[in-house]
Amino acid sequence: MRALKTAILSAALALGIAGAAQASEGVHIPKQNWPHAGIFGTIDKAAAQRGFQIYKEVCSACHSMRLVPIRTLAGIGFTEDELKGIAAGYEMTAGPNDAGEMFKRPGLPADRFPSPFPNDQAARASNNGALPPDLSLMAKARVGGEDYIYAFLTGFEEPPADVHLMDGMNYNKVFPGHQVGMPNILQPDGVTYADGTKATVEQEAHDVATFLTFVAEPHLDARKQMGVKVILFLLVLAGLMYATKRKLWSTLH
Amino acid sequence: MAQVQATKFKNPVVNWIDSRLPIFTMLDHEYNHYPMPRNVNYLWAFGAIAGIMLMIMIATGLFLAMQYSSHTSLAFDSVERIMRDVNYGWLIRYVHANGASMFFIAVYIHMFRALYYGSYKAPREILWILGVIIFLVMMGTAFMGYVLPWGQMSFWGATVITNLFSAFPIVGDPIVTLLWGGFSVDNPTLNRFFALHFLLPFVLLGLVILHTAALHVCGSNNPLGIDAKGPQDTVPFNPYVTVKDGFAVVIFLIVYAAFVFFMPNYMGHPDNYIPANPLVTPAHIVPEWYFLPFYAMLRAIPDKLGGVLAMFGSIALLAFLPWLDRSKVRSCKFRPVYRQFFWILAIDALILGYAGSQPAEGSWLLIARVGTFYYFFHFLVLLPVLGKLERTRPLPNSISESVLKGGGGIAAGAHAKPMEKA
Repeated sequence: MRALKTAILSAALALGIAGAAQASEGVHIPKQNWPHAGIFGTIDKAAAQRGFQIYKEVCSACHSMRLVPIRTLAGIGFTEDELKGIAAGYEMTAGPNDAGEMFKRPGLPADRFPSPFPNDQAARASNNGALPPDLSLMAKARVGGEDYIYAFLTGFEEPPADVHLMDGMNYNKVFPGHQVGMPNILQPDGVTYADGTKATVEQEAHDVATFLTFVAEPHLDARKQMGVKVILFLLVLAGLMYATKRKLWSTLH
Repeated sequence: MAQVQATKFKNPVVNWIDSRLPIFTMLDHEYNHYPMPRNVNYLWAFGAIAGIMLMIMIATGLFLAMQYSSHTSLAFDSVERIMRDVNYGWLIRYVHANGASMFFIAVYIHMFRALYYGSYKAPREILWILGVIIFLVMMGTAFMGYVLPWGQMSFWGATVITNLFSAFPIVGDPIVTLLWGGFSVDNPTLNRFFALHFLLPFVLLGLVILHTAALHVCGSNNPLGIDAKGPQDTVPFNPYVTVKDGFAVVIFLIVYAAFVFFMPNYMGHPDNYIPANPLVTPAHIVPEWYFLPFYAMLRAIPDKLGGVLAMFGSIALLAFLPWLDRSKVRSCKFRPVYRQFFWILAIDALILGYAGSQPAEGSWLLIARVGTFYYFFHFLVLLPVLGKLERTRPLPNSISESVLKGGGGIAAGAHAKPMEKA
């Protein structure tokens, strides 16, 4: 057994050394407390609604959310009439009509959120060459998920003295490479929340991250609720199976 | 298979069919009365678990295929449509995506169990080789399935892995062209991968049936690694092992459900939620976790062809295991020296897996090289030499003598079998 122990020890040592070397390169993304975390966690609907307000008033000027139908927002507590109102606020291109022409119409809840730019090239042309990524899946498409979104949105700061920023770039402590085209967009009281919540930068980042978690995973609440039932059922079944097995096999000994 | 005496059934319709096509006799013989060594532990349940995983994958995959579009311009969005708009589409997709990982967990445990208890040795060589082929086909199926959502890791994983074949002289480039259906990974690649991903699970099913048929010829191995000598050493599969396997399956499903419902993306890569973009290469291209040890071996060799040969060789090598291991004793229980090397191999596989997830540079590259060397050293040098040198412990006379204090009784069903015969 000594050979085995030595092997395990040296392996652990090697892993530890290499792991430490790895950690020093990466950026630490602090974990936040999310009401939707954990087995029983559900989306904080009020926060998600505030996050939607920021998306609508701030983010959507540059960022698309092309995979998300407006009706999805029913999942964070908007009523059908409210959804119709939200959708009607967008102008959609439809058609062709009988004359063969495209026309404009008010949006419907079944429409997806319209993109701010007609294509990636137009988006780059308007943003100093940078492409604002689509936000539909942002909370699942980055290491760290919603924690990354929060850390990114609160991570803008003055560059250290030894960092020379390229033209039009901004310094962010968690963005890979630290230079990002997006400016520090969240400002204290940058939005006036409908529910009267004080709009600090941290509050805004928290709300946007909650909203983006919801749009990336609109069935999150239903999934966890089903999961609790499924696991409870399986636990009871496992107990019954084990009792049956014990009784049956006891006749063999 | 040997001539089986027909079973008499109560239901006349069943009897009528059975006398013309003896499928009921076959099922009765192979799954009711099949004698299982009475001392098998819960590690023997992983064969059944892997079989159930294959069924779950085929069932969920079928429904996903009904909603999926295998065109590069539609694939990513169609998967998101499944996640958002198809009724319980998120459930089916998460069950399928996590199912691939759970399938590999079951198969890896199944394989290491066979390694530990020497299940690959005579007379089970063909059973083992069929298992190695199943493993290979499974890897191909899983790889092509991961390409289908057409995210960044799908695209770049496909680019890296298909390019490997170009390392082979003469045949390499034509193989790559056939895989791609063009000059790079593109729409024809996605289309044929979808077709193959749909086909291969049924090939797997056929191989699993052969694997089971080969198993039922010589019977299951057991923790002692000695042959069952009669009914006192065995229990009939049903109900004893069905209920035991059933319990193990439910426990496995609990772990599976925990992933599906509470951390469905834990075993995936975030980059695969970014649509494929041939112009943007991810910082680190990593395959799914179950390929990482082999990926580490691929990158450990500083030569492309050498790396590819090491990777494929590491799997092909397994097929020769029954002849590389010269020891007559099957189970590690009676092989004190080999048992230690078994665990070192298991740790080596884990270290290789971790090394495969890290950038191939610095200390991780060195660790991967040592790990790769040790993997081949274990199978090509240690196993044959140990078989000759190792002093094994004495084997017990029989299973029943070893596991039962007073010799024990015979399982109820074991006696019933001859009486049921017509």
